[in-house]
Amino acid sequence: MMNGFFNDPAMQRALIAALCVSVGSAPLGVFLVLRRMSLMGDVMAHAILPGVAAAFILCGMSIPMMSIGGVAAGLSVALIAGFVTRVTSLREDASLAAFYLIAVAAGVMMIALHGSAKDLEDILFGDAQNLDNGIVSLMAGISAVTVVVLAMIYRPLVMESFDPVFLRSVGGKGGLVQGMFLTLAVLNMVESYRAMGTLMSAGLMLIPAIAAQFWTQRLRTMLVVSIGIAVVGAVIGLMIAFAAQVPSGPAIILVVGGMYVLSLLLGRFGSVRARYFPFKHFKA
Amino acid sequence: MTIKLTNLSAGYDRRPVVHHVNGEFADASMTAVVGPNGGGKSTLVKALAGFMPLMTGSVDYGGVARGEIAYLPQQFEIDRTFPINVMDVVLAGHWPKLGALGRRRNEHREAAMRALTMVDMASFATRPIISLSTGQWQRVLFARLSLQRAKIILLDEPFAAIDSRTTHDLIHVLEHWRQHGCTIICVMHDFQLVRDHFPQTLLLARDLIAWGDTGDVMRDENLARASAQAGTWVEHADVCDAQGGHAA
Repeated sequence: MMNGFFNDPAMQRALIAALCVSVGSAPLGVFLVLRRMSLMGDVMAHAILPGVAAAFILCGMSIPMMSIGGVAAGLSVALIAGFVTRVTSLREDASLAAFYLIAVAAGVMMIALHGSAKDLEDILFGDAQNLDNGIVSLMAGISAVTVVVLAMIYRPLVMESFDPVFLRSVGGKGGLVQGMFLTLAVLNMVESYRAMGTLMSAGLMLIPAIAAQFWTQRLRTMLVVSIGIAVVGAVIGLMIAFAAQVPSGPAIILVVGGMYVLSLLLGRFGSVRARYFPFKHFKA
Repeated sequence: MTIKLTNLSAGYDRRPVVHHVNGEFADASMTAVVGPNGGGKSTLVKALAGFMPLMTGSVDYGGVARGEIAYLPQQFEIDRTFPINVMDVVLAGHWPKLGALGRRRNEHREAAMRALTMVDMASFATRPIISLSTGQWQRVLFARLSLQRAKIILLDEPFAAIDSRTTHDLIHVLEHWRQHGCTIICVMHDFQLVRDHFPQTLLLARDLIAWGDTGDVMRDENLARASAQAGTWVEHADVCDAQGGHAA
């Protein structure tokens, strides 16, 4: 039966797409988690919805236009929320929460007024088993750009995340690095919404990154572990979706979710096992 | 490269915490900044580091470039749970030379290792920083500082919550840097350490109380004046129109 899985062209495309999303998003997720911005990632994933909806209304199910709309909406919500935080006394999490809830409601309303229930379902939940070559190429391109840019800004991004005052004191462009990082994050959310849907596109970015926290205290290893968890989750999730004829987005997220639960129970650092069934200690 | 402050005021939301300060840090001097909590010590150092806009006045760094000024803030400003090892933290001290993209060569690693040896932390090079104690962590930050080759070094309470052995080791590092021509400006709380190791002292309680040789500055009447001035808050303060030039 798994022979059928690997021979099915739609499944091949879904597999390539999911691998692209894994390689690009999981490392971004690690930085979101380390910067204590996990929820921010989720917020951004939802915030792209009105942009996607607007593009859908204007251009129909055009993936490039919907991607551009999504990026525009995601970045606008991030920037507007940041602006509101600066000019009012509202804290950033509160202003982001307000904006993204409004964004989701507006997006759903726009699609509901102009499209069918099927359109709404496709946009909210995605359909990894129904991607064409153009979309898969776009996803591969975004992933390649993500990996290259992330490698370029790696050193300042690490410093900006852990000691921003030092970066500023040596004249590093912290704001620029942060902006590039957030742009990559939004691009990747948009990249994955076709496969995972807007409701779940943050899942493959964040859950492997969170699970990786339990396995290592070294950043480079953590990045590799997060990609590994995402890749394994994506492949097994798609196999389950294919075999059991269930939606692929939730299947993938539930598999990486299971790996997260295992990590939190059995991981090497800070897990339930490490805390309640401690390893033998070394000589002092 | 004397650092000259002219009528310097800095603070938050129209409330100056450092108020019309004038004076000079001599070349290769080592000055303790002391005073009561809320007296503006951190604010002064932040302002000198270029981290906050001045309300009035100016600072003349005597031709020292921005990249030659190092600033070590209070410890809690750094995320010590971040998954990075000691060596990578120290290597960042090459930033003024290498920038964000410059390649790290063997010579850079060797220099980082020498810096770690200087603070007695060489055996910790590959440890993640989350495993370090507060004192070990401060030693690592001093190693990073030493790679920056700064001409002016600003430190904000580097010995808070640090045991006496580490404190003395690190003060010797400061003295070593000063002998090599660095100008050191260091916020301090422990008066005994100031008297023992810092030739110059700046006593600040929002207004400048005294600035000069430590023996002259740390006299009882100056300290009493500083603590009397601490903690006063006038709810509806008048707009200040002083043009500077006065010391108190």
